[in-house]
Amino acid sequence: MHAVFMLTACASIAAVALICIFMFAGGAPALFKIGLPDFLFGLRWKPLSEMFGIFPMIVGSFCVTAGALVMGVPLGVLTAVFLVYFCPRLLRQPLKQMIDLMAGIPSIVYGFFGLVVLVPLMQHFGGSGKGILTASIILAVMIVPTIAGVAEAALRAVPDAWYEASLALGASHERSVFFVMMPGAASGILAGIILGMGRALGETMAVIMVAGNQAVLPSGLMSGVRTLTTNIVLEMGYAADLHREALIATAVVLFVFILLINLAFSAVKRGMLRKLGA
Amino acid sequence: MTQIQTCDVSAAREQSSLRARFDPVSFSLRALVWLAALTVVVVFMWLVGYIVIKGLPYLSPRLFEWEYSTENVSMLPAIVITVLMVVLALLFAAPVGMGAAIYLVEYARKGSRLVSLVRLTTESLAGIPSIVYGLFGFLLFVVACGMGFSILGGALTLAVMVLPLIMRTTEEALKSVPDSWREGSFALGAGRLRTIFRVVLPAAVPGILSGVILSIGRIVGESAALLYTAGTVAAMPESLLSSGRTLSVHMYALLSEGLYVNEAHATALVLLIVVLLINFASSAVAALLVRERS
Repeated sequence: MHAVFMLTACASIAAVALICIFMFAGGAPALFKIGLPDFLFGLRWKPLSEMFGIFPMIVGSFCVTAGALVMGVPLGVLTAVFLVYFCPRLLRQPLKQMIDLMAGIPSIVYGFFGLVVLVPLMQHFGGSGKGILTASIILAVMIVPTIAGVAEAALRAVPDAWYEASLALGASHERSVFFVMMPGAASGILAGIILGMGRALGETMAVIMVAGNQAVLPSGLMSGVRTLTTNIVLEMGYAADLHREALIATAVVLFVFILLINLAFSAVKRGMLRKLGA
Repeated sequence: MTQIQTCDVSAAREQSSLRARFDPVSFSLRALVWLAALTVVVVFMWLVGYIVIKGLPYLSPRLFEWEYSTENVSMLPAIVITVLMVVLALLFAAPVGMGAAIYLVEYARKGSRLVSLVRLTTESLAGIPSIVYGLFGFLLFVVACGMGFSILGGALTLAVMVLPLIMRTTEEALKSVPDSWREGSFALGAGRLRTIFRVVLPAAVPGILSGVILSIGRIVGESAALLYTAGTVAAMPESLLSSGRTLSVHMYALLSEGLYVNEAHATALVLLIVVLLINFASSAVAALLVRERS
């Protein structure tokens, strides 16, 4: 039986290996045919005339992710602070349940909400209403539960004695929380932010509804963009040959970005464990 | 002694709140925190309120007719396929994920090379975006294994996707079973395997169950990974190898076709209710866990 359990444990290794093999094998031909620099930094994505440059999509992905972080990080972190230090006892459980529920709402429902509520609102500011800002707002709402969850755990892990010592030195409750406890939980909070960043970068179905999906470099906050993820969904349905390989190569680029983010996440988490252990 | 200490702290807190009233920094920090929490609550209420109010009027019996047609836009096939997808994906993922967790907690030596490799790959799996899973499933199950767009292919893809979730929750559940239980079982002459199945696993059931419920939530909500593995056929499936759309994919299809916005509202409501039920189930199980431990 020992061997059977060991075999099941190796399933995750096999899964990662298979994913790497299939993605790289599927995308590599396109990378060779198009050429890596042309593929990564090419400004034109015109599959019909065999032009495959994904730079607009890379920029688009980073723009919406950055926008989501700008709004989602303060909201998520401050919500965690509220939950741990400011929340009236009666409100704590309902609020936690609410955040859990927010994490569980399918991304297509967020996308739907964005499409039917947020887009018409944004049209008041001119344009189609679909673009970087709209996508960023929806993504920000989606990553709040992720960030708040991890940040809450990090804040709870900081020893209470720190807080009490700060009070004893004459600091107010708020100052103790923000200038003693939050720096103490900094690496945990950072881990949450990185996790949220991964979520935002990898999100597909919510973004596809509200980002506009134009494969050109964005010129402003309201201009439509296409992200790496949505590029795949939009065109995979009818793509063939080099076009399909180029889409798989797009996924490879996304995969590499996510792996880098994952590495950063586990490095930060390990740093946090070491700090608390010491 | 502890009594006195807590009294001191609350007194200090009172004093500090008194002081905070005259400190602009403290005041604005407090305002900021309340504002953030309030924003999150308002956004959530807005989202849920909108879907409930707009979706309820369109929730007609015609939406639940057995046969799908372009006239009734029935979501019943999608519901059936969603249930099939959940059952199948868990059938693949749960035994493997639980076996892996049993290996990590009960058999493996701590810090062996295999264990750290398993942990690293599990963490990586957990971070991979669903669209990458979708493409992977498309390349492996749909094309290489020749399944075509099929419920089976979609379920296998989702099984890989929820594997890390099941592994992690099972592992935590097993770890929370006290070692003295294992030692007691060994002392009674039970072997390792019997100890695991008769003593450790029964005690860990609520924890494992909450992991399974979380996975159900992931599967129900997933759409990007299914689009190019299970496909988007709206009809009732004939076999596991026929293509079919789950509720989430159904909703995406409705939205991208742009013809059935009212039905999309109703579908959003149904999805929301399902998620709500799953959340209730998971917190009920968690409460059970707490009661059992104490």
